[in-house]
Amino acid sequence: MLYFLQKNDSNLLRTLMTNHALSGAQVILDCLKREGVDTIFGYPGGSAIPLFDALLDSNIKMVLSRHEQGATHMADGYARATGKVGVVLVTSGPGATNTFTGIYTALMDSSPIVVLAAQTTTPNLGKDAFQECDTSGMTFAAVKHSFLVKNPNDLPRIVKEAFHIARSGRPGPVLIDLPKDVTAGNCTASFSDEIDLPGYKIPTYADPAAVEKAAALLKKATKPLLLVGHGAIISNASRQVKELAEKLNAPVVETLLGLGAFPETHPLSLGMLGMHGTAYAHKAVLECDLIMSIGSRWDDRIVGKIEEFCKGATIIHVDIDPAEEGKILQPDAFLCGDAKLVLEQLLPLVSRLDTDDWVKTCQTYKKRYPLTYPKQGGLRMQHIISTVYELTKGKAIVTTDVGQHQMWVAQFFKADYPRQFISSGGAGTMGFGFPSAIGAAIGISSELKWPICCFAGDGGFQMTEFELSTAAIHKLPIKIFVMDNKYLGMVRQWQDMFYGKRYSSVSMEGNPDFVKLAEAYDIKAFRIKRSADAERVIQKALDYNEGPVLIHCECEEEDNVFPMIPAGAPLTAMMTEPPKGQLEKPTGST
Amino acid sequence: MATFDRNTSAHCLSLLVANRPGVLVRIALVFSRRGYNLDSLVVSPTLNPDFSRMNIVAHGNPEILVQIIKQLEKLVDVIQAKDHTGSNTVEKELALIKVRCKPEQRTEILQLCDHFKAVTIDMTDTSMIIQITGNTDKIDAMKHLLDKFEVVEYIRTGKVIMLRGEDIT
Ligand SMILES: Cc1ncc(C[n+]2csc(CCOP(=O)(O)OP(=O)(O)O)c2C)c(N)n1
Ligand SMILES: [Mg+2]
Repeated sequence: MLYFLQKNDSNLLRTLMTNHALSGAQVILDCLKREGVDTIFGYPGGSAIPLFDALLDSNIKMVLSRHEQGATHMADGYARATGKVGVVLVTSGPGATNTFTGIYTALMDSSPIVVLAAQTTTPNLGKDAFQECDTSGMTFAAVKHSFLVKNPNDLPRIVKEAFHIARSGRPGPVLIDLPKDVTAGNCTASFSDEIDLPGYKIPTYADPAAVEKAAALLKKATKPLLLVGHGAIISNASRQVKELAEKLNAPVVETLLGLGAFPETHPLSLGMLGMHGTAYAHKAVLECDLIMSIGSRWDDRIVGKIEEFCKGATIIHVDIDPAEEGKILQPDAFLCGDAKLVLEQLLPLVSRLDTDDWVKTCQTYKKRYPLTYPKQGGLRMQHIISTVYELTKGKAIVTTDVGQHQMWVAQFFKADYPRQFISSGGAGTMGFGFPSAIGAAIGISSELKWPICCFAGDGGFQMTEFELSTAAIHKLPIKIFVMDNKYLGMVRQWQDMFYGKRYSSVSMEGNPDFVKLAEAYDIKAFRIKRSADAERVIQKALDYNEGPVLIHCECEEEDNVFPMIPAGAPLTAMMTEPPKGQLEKPTGST
Repeated sequence: MATFDRNTSAHCLSLLVANRPGVLVRIALVFSRRGYNLDSLVVSPTLNPDFSRMNIVAHGNPEILVQIIKQLEKLVDVIQAKDHTGSNTVEKELALIKVRCKPEQRTEILQLCDHFKAVTIDMTDTSMIIQITGNTDKIDAMKHLLDKFEVVEYIRTGKVIMLRGEDIT
């Protein structure tokens, strides 16, 4: 009986044992359950032992990663796939610093995670104690917010606030710095639903005057274009985006992280905009007379040269973050609020525009400048991705790492569903793809029979490949496509195009045999070398249902991604095919 | 810190913040990341013990300042951030100026003090400490006139501001 209670309701247990005060660690876990947490990703260590000990008596699932960066990306992938807050638990010092890349990655893409970082004891703070690290100090610039807990009785309030901040408004990572004497000490404070954050504002509906202004601007537009970003997915606004596009009869382009917010197979979709976006998306942006961004922040990968972007066009910007107003572009109307709520405000005020010609023009562009790739030569990443897309009929969760393969997945896997496409956008973190697939696989309900397809470059996969153990232990239905071009392909492409083909530190000579690597972890593995084998082998990998499977794709080595707009260049500088001769070095960053 | 551009203007900000650990660091990071120089900073208790008031004078490009204010307001522990440059406020600073002087120079210095409504708060055979309050220009002027004596030490508080009338800053 007692065992049953421990497993299922530590609160009830507490009421039965009222003479026993709870430890800080127990209270934290109770708080997590109140926040709906079912899974924690993490790695233990000395300062974290009280928490890991308490976990044994809780029914929260603990996923032990092989590196804290992996755990953090897993929590991030979990959050992106489910919309719930991902939770990380690590020890102090190096455990905490190893999460840094993951925290920053989550910040850049507004992903809600809570990182519980253990710490030395409070009397030891500032004394260079063993594995002491000023974790909150080091992460100030990479978190949405953080807390250093000094008193166990603050725990219920702080955990509550941490989750509230992580998931609300523009979501983001929140770190809780947890000294060991706080988690091991007694907490007598009761749970409360009160939140004491007088400076924290969460925009909901936009100012009605701004909405009316936007409606009036839309009414005058003859060539309107919707630009849909991650914010639309975060706010679950896909239905409203579709309604708006169809009601106005306006074409839609998406950012990398917006993929899936609007079905790419929809006739009004023009696919992805950006450095490696579709030619037809760029044509439309160059010609539109109104662009309305819904939950995108005019990233430099989207706008290229700011002064030239949508010159003369009316700009409407919907964003939940007031600090985005005018950060990059000065909008004619700024609608500050939650994308879904704002679109619900706007929808009744708009009606069908006279855009038949405009839509026809865009669709002509789509036919005239399709995404293609050479069919001759060796195995192409594009071919692998297209085959996966066809064989799964587009019904798969897709995660990518960073590089050429990432851009090709964005181009050739036509995402129709929100939260289907998971990728590190703002940070471009190599090593993200595989652990985020693990997090997604653990997060999504097993009733969704979709496979989780992870596409990782040979470079990036090696940054977190050791999480193969984690995937194997949990028998996760992940199809790991290692897209091996024996190069840090994206960097090689730049050196090829802009630096006279002077290849510097981009060869991945020394790559392992990825099939053997997988087998060493007792993971099923296949190899594809020829295009002709792709369909058969991929089908086999998709059919395999006893856990993860790795597909080592030995691809064409020096293929380049097109279309391409050099960083910092205007959209007119788009190249749809390899240029002849040497190009100027790009002015924009990376 | 970024290069100091003399053409950029000085701005006077008032922030209301929650008394939570780390709030000052978070605020400083917002400025430093965008290349803004903080000229002065005053942190003061308010009537509500949960909050503090900060007055910041900063130099930089006015367009970037608009972004800085939004980023400050975005911080969880910042309740309000406002640029009061040019609004109807009273502004005061205080400076202590230590002058090395012979007894025969005192009269002239005391006349200056009289003119600027400054007071001497310490005096020895060879030195005086002068306390002056007022706006930036007045203190600059006084300091300038004292420079012909031997100023050996000098410290100024940051600027404190308050809106005139019944409006709350
Ligand atoms: C952690 C990290 N380090 C470096 C980079 C810079 N970078 C961007 S793409 C890239 C090459 C990626 O190579 P690979 O994983 O093999 O993918 P490919 O481009 O070949 O598809 C590099 C090094 C990065 N984005 N992240
Ligand atoms: Mg590669």
